[in-house]
Amino acid sequence: MPSNSNSNHRDVDYVFRVGGEGGEGVISTGEMLTQTLARAGYDIYTFRTYPAEIKGGHANYQVRASGKVLLSYGAAVDVLLAFNQEAYDKHIGDVRAGGVVLYDSDSFTAAARESLIYYPVPLTSLATEKIGVKLTKNIVALGVLGQLFDIPLPTFEHLLKERFGRKGETVVQKNLQALHVGAEYIAHQRKQDAILLGPGPRQTKSLILSGNESLCLGAIAVGCRVYAGYPITPASDIMEFLAKELPKLGGFVVQTEDEIAAIGAVLGASFAGAKAMTATSGPGFSLMTEMMGLGVVAEIPAVIVNVQRVGPSTGMPTKTEQGDLYLACYGGHGNCPRIVMALTSVEDCFYGIMRAFNMAEQFQLPVVVLSDASLGHRKATVPVPDLSRVPVIERRKPSLEELVNYKRYQYTPEHVSPMSVPGVSGGGYIAEGLEHDETGYPAASNHENHLRATNKRYGKFHAVEQMANELTRIYGEPHPEIGIIGWGSTEGVIREAVQLAQEKGYSVGALHPKILYPQPLAKLTEFLQGTKAVIIPEVNYSGQFATLLRKRFAYDFVQLNKCIGLPFTPKEILDKIEEVAAHVHSGRRSSAYAAKL
Amino acid sequence: MAQVKEYIGKVKPDWCPGCGDFAVLNALQRALADLDIAPHNVQVVSGIGCSSNLPGFINAYGFHGLHGRSLPVATGARLGNHDLTVIATGGDGDGYGIGVGHFVHTCRRNVNMTYIVMDNQVYGLTTGQASPTTEKDIVTKSTPEGTIEIALSPIALALTCGATYVARGFSGDNLHLAQMIKGAIEHKGFALVDVFSPCVTYNKHNTYPWFRERVYKLEDEKHDTADFRLAMEKAFEWGARIPLGLFYKVERPTYEDEEPALRSGTPLAKQPLQRTDLAAIMEDFI
Repeated sequence: MPSNSNSNHRDVDYVFRVGGEGGEGVISTGEMLTQTLARAGYDIYTFRTYPAEIKGGHANYQVRASGKVLLSYGAAVDVLLAFNQEAYDKHIGDVRAGGVVLYDSDSFTAAARESLIYYPVPLTSLATEKIGVKLTKNIVALGVLGQLFDIPLPTFEHLLKERFGRKGETVVQKNLQALHVGAEYIAHQRKQDAILLGPGPRQTKSLILSGNESLCLGAIAVGCRVYAGYPITPASDIMEFLAKELPKLGGFVVQTEDEIAAIGAVLGASFAGAKAMTATSGPGFSLMTEMMGLGVVAEIPAVIVNVQRVGPSTGMPTKTEQGDLYLACYGGHGNCPRIVMALTSVEDCFYGIMRAFNMAEQFQLPVVVLSDASLGHRKATVPVPDLSRVPVIERRKPSLEELVNYKRYQYTPEHVSPMSVPGVSGGGYIAEGLEHDETGYPAASNHENHLRATNKRYGKFHAVEQMANELTRIYGEPHPEIGIIGWGSTEGVIREAVQLAQEKGYSVGALHPKILYPQPLAKLTEFLQGTKAVIIPEVNYSGQFATLLRKRFAYDFVQLNKCIGLPFTPKEILDKIEEVAAHVHSGRRSSAYAAKL
Repeated sequence: MAQVKEYIGKVKPDWCPGCGDFAVLNALQRALADLDIAPHNVQVVSGIGCSSNLPGFINAYGFHGLHGRSLPVATGARLGNHDLTVIATGGDGDGYGIGVGHFVHTCRRNVNMTYIVMDNQVYGLTTGQASPTTEKDIVTKSTPEGTIEIALSPIALALTCGATYVARGFSGDNLHLAQMIKGAIEHKGFALVDVFSPCVTYNKHNTYPWFRERVYKLEDEKHDTADFRLAMEKAFEWGARIPLGLFYKVERPTYEDEEPALRSGTPLAKQPLQRTDLAAIMEDFI
């Protein structure tokens, strides 16, 4: 059994997948593997699907580990750990040729495929006979992985001590034993594969965060101290995180009776002067639309996170989709300018939510922040955040002069008015949901006033659009032949596809805005010039961003839509680039060949 | 002591002449003056309806939001700055119809605030449809053959949901109403004051004379406000005799008492931003 490290660990790039019965520790096995790989110095990128049921059903967890920065969950599986036949059957097709299958030979016998390498390991009997606890089979499996692929066993040991320390020394010892039982067993088998990791290249500390966790940390950093929400998958863990952490900082979480009350409490708390947010998913977001309109017309800072899942209606609660963009931009009645932004990566969840609060405060309106199930629940290694990157912005308060005959909705060149808070003498006003004049008094029958007030509210968009341009990222060629425009969580996978396409010699570049409404028109215009075709990949059916762009640009965009509740793989986007490039080069009209995945 | 005139807003109420809501506005202003609460420390939150226009007519901070949604906003405002005296106002359609879900849970939550419902048993602003407190068989614009549903009992609902101060007033007795509101503001916890506030335009059934013939005051009959069962019994008394006054009052820790962040003193809205503890949280994710 060799234990020498890979000579160049920067070349390490492997996808591990664990599958088995839900509720039997598949997820925690995946998490421990992930944490160990990250602490060993690798960049990690997880992907998990889990059943909507709580116990039972199939569960799996995937982690990609690499010596380089990871942008997607990868393509084919290098190592499959299957605890039962169902897991084997479901995932065997995803394992690359030459890949490795480790499985519990007490549970089933795999009909071996020639192109793959098999390690049958009696995980259950090793656990029951050597340790006396059946569930330690997960830890036995980790020992096997560690020994076989040279993932540092001391890092596993450290983690087990941390994880089980609270349950007492006996439990810790049993788990350490289980780890070594697994390692010992496989050490006596012949190694047939060439996968070896050793310590990874990264020396500095980094955090292992899910998108939702990263978002919570960013919210705390920017000063959010009130969270109001209602439980909903896949956003509930935001509430749970903040319920644990906010009280330590003098803040708190209110669990409300529904999402309408949640956003109502956010508006009330923000009106009173506190920074507040709510997070939800599609069904809850639908309920919030009326209150969002109130936030716009009464000009109250608020942050509304929507961790999108498959809709419409209850849809597929644990699966991912980018299907709420129309609702985010246009949901609700009336002419109703709100800011819509989309988070692009686990790291961006931190800085993005900070920007969202800043924009809400600066422009005094609700900011919708779109995440999705794939981003919210995947884990990634993230550099320790640098708080100086996003300074904290507070809302404009009235000066002493402005408090004389105070006008809450005073017309100003930048369309933002001084906002008093209750408790300030002379600053009294009514936050008004009826159309109102500068003082806040209702003007429900004043026709000219309505236009002027609407102009004021839309006027804020001039400055926001500037920011949208500044926050737009371009990857690959800035003036490509084949352009790609994406939004939200597809950033990484698009970047990876662009890199792959460039390596193949294509002229490709991708534009990825962070603010979607209002749109970064200057950046988009500049990018579109000179392109021969532009692909818009979206994890939805109808191409919601493409539709919004068609309203502003007479351009024959090529849609690439994936609507099966799963995120894109780099290959799917690469294939589209190659297909479109072929059409472009043969002079055919590209979009006529657009097909749905 | 403050003067009532300090609480008079810049805009004159546009309610119909004779509307019961005038008396409620007046009683609220009187109660605030009696309690000497500075106008800038008063936060009045409302929904939509004739009575929900009240924040526009009082000198204080106001929030005129969505139909049925005053209580969540009031809760947020109170929790954001618990130095404020928070008063939610609205009507029976707003509070007991579209917003009844919030009413149920706000009672349960026992946030320290006062909820005044101007109950005229009809939808006034939409010109006369049946409301949740319209009596059975009453003809309205939306029920030409008479209402089918029975009326909801706000007092009984508040009691079962855990409100800690439950009272009823009548716009025909302004001094008594001001007392009820004053008691509600002074009470530590969620206080409901349901007010018979006749709609002179669209409710020709529950008129001032109709109430005057029937109402009596619980305090005149030595009602025990600590007796929950008795309060429930009185909540359903309707017909020849209808009780006014304080049905029930109990001390129970408020949401603010139970929430450590609020117990400690400084309102959230006034706390400076502290970032020092973020590093400690991050330690959990390495």
